[in-house]
Amino acid sequence: MSISVESLSFAYGPRNALKGVSFQLTPGRFHALLGPNGAGKSTLFSLITRLNALQDGDICIDELSIRQQPASVMQRVGVVFQQSSLDLDLTVKQNLYYHAALHGISRQHAKPLVERELTRMEMADRANDKVRALNGGHRRRVEIARALMHAPDILLLDEPTVGLDPQTRLALCNYVRDLCEQDHITALWATHLMEEIQPHDPVILLHKGEVLINGHADDLLEQSGCSHYSDAFHVLTSTDKQRGAA
Amino acid sequence: MNLSAAWHCFQGVLIREFLRFIQQRSRFLSALVRPLLWLVVFAAGFRAALGISIIQPYDTYITYETYIAPGLCCMILLFNGMQSSLSMVYDREMGSMRVLLMSPLPRPFLLLCKMVATALISLTQVYAFLLAALLVDVEPPLIGYVTALPALLLVALLLSSLGLLLSTQIKQLENFAGVMNFVIFPMFFLSSALYPLWKMQEANDWLYTLCAINPFTYAVELVRFALYGQLNTTALLITLGATAIFTSLAVLGFRPRKSGR
Repeated sequence: MSISVESLSFAYGPRNALKGVSFQLTPGRFHALLGPNGAGKSTLFSLITRLNALQDGDICIDELSIRQQPASVMQRVGVVFQQSSLDLDLTVKQNLYYHAALHGISRQHAKPLVERELTRMEMADRANDKVRALNGGHRRRVEIARALMHAPDILLLDEPTVGLDPQTRLALCNYVRDLCEQDHITALWATHLMEEIQPHDPVILLHKGEVLINGHADDLLEQSGCSHYSDAFHVLTSTDKQRGAA
Repeated sequence: MNLSAAWHCFQGVLIREFLRFIQQRSRFLSALVRPLLWLVVFAAGFRAALGISIIQPYDTYITYETYIAPGLCCMILLFNGMQSSLSMVYDREMGSMRVLLMSPLPRPFLLLCKMVATALISLTQVYAFLLAALLVDVEPPLIGYVTALPALLLVALLLSSLGLLLSTQIKQLENFAGVMNFVIFPMFFLSSALYPLWKMQEANDWLYTLCAINPFTYAVELVRFALYGQLNTTALLITLGATAIFTSLAVLGFRPRKSGR
């Protein structure tokens, strides 16, 4: 199952947030969507998730266009938003059942799915705890479990590690990589933390609403002439003025 | 749309609203205490000041408590409708509204589920209030409790659709104070909830006109008549029409945005 973004442009009034963005995701791979704050990552997510309507361009999953068949596209996509969207006063299990219901899954059918996802996320023992009682890392795990409840082919994660400690960040990142390898899920992981990417990862670098690099992590090093990803990111996304000052 | 999927979705939304409701017991109590204070304290103070002549649907002189009880039922629904709009602004700020809107089911249906769920939860509070009102001798006929049910449900839908519409316009949680001042209070006081409209007409023509064009007036009258086993057709038609308009506008407000923030 592949997702392709075709000539996507979006403007907030006079300000262009995305300018002719095109890329394709490889099925079953972990893709990093890189870009500094304001690069257009969240706008891109809001278009894929239909929170904003497309202005120009299209988003397709296989042959399905989000313009023509939004419901079919939504069924194939799982999302972890940047801001936690769990109901804090409900238990972990209740949050997952709610999500299943929103996808038209009966409680009876949702039961084994809830158990499967919580076990997979090593959260089965916290199933009856209120989300409010969980730490940040556990909440993120629940959000990933929730996003996988309806067995999507594509998992979108919008800066899912914000506010987490380095160890938890790494664990979460590795977990999503395992999902890609074992379950053949296509993941799009938005981040500006370079330690989360690996040399063989496909990367899309967004800058000022445009695709700067659509290739592999090593292309960042090649194009910037740097030896570390974080330096390469800084060089590629800083303005000419900042570069001169540096 | 697959019917069984739609049913499971509705059940899910209803269960969530119910779970949130029982988590917030203080909300239930305050929703009950507010109209009871009006019924017991306010009504006692104003009983002497406001003489009520025989008006429809009553066939005899009634106490002031009896007069204001239907309006107070609607007040519960009004506060709940607005509270649900508050919770939607909160949901949107917290991101959980996104979870609802990410469902593959049609958005108008999802919003309708949310409205009906809110309305059903509100009805439990109205009936709890009517039970408590028995203590101050507000005793509509037994059949009235049954005939009032569809009227209360429609009014609950009217007010939750208004809440939904407002939530599309309120950008921040802090703006809710404005809703109290500019929606809840004017709607409640410029209606027939606390005084019959002829009283208002005697006092001021302008205020009377405002009361007469306020949909909440017709919601109150619909419930008042239904509680005594009667149908007020004008009130029914206006309440239905207003619900349809508010719902349509709210659904339009929740379409994917073309131009963002």
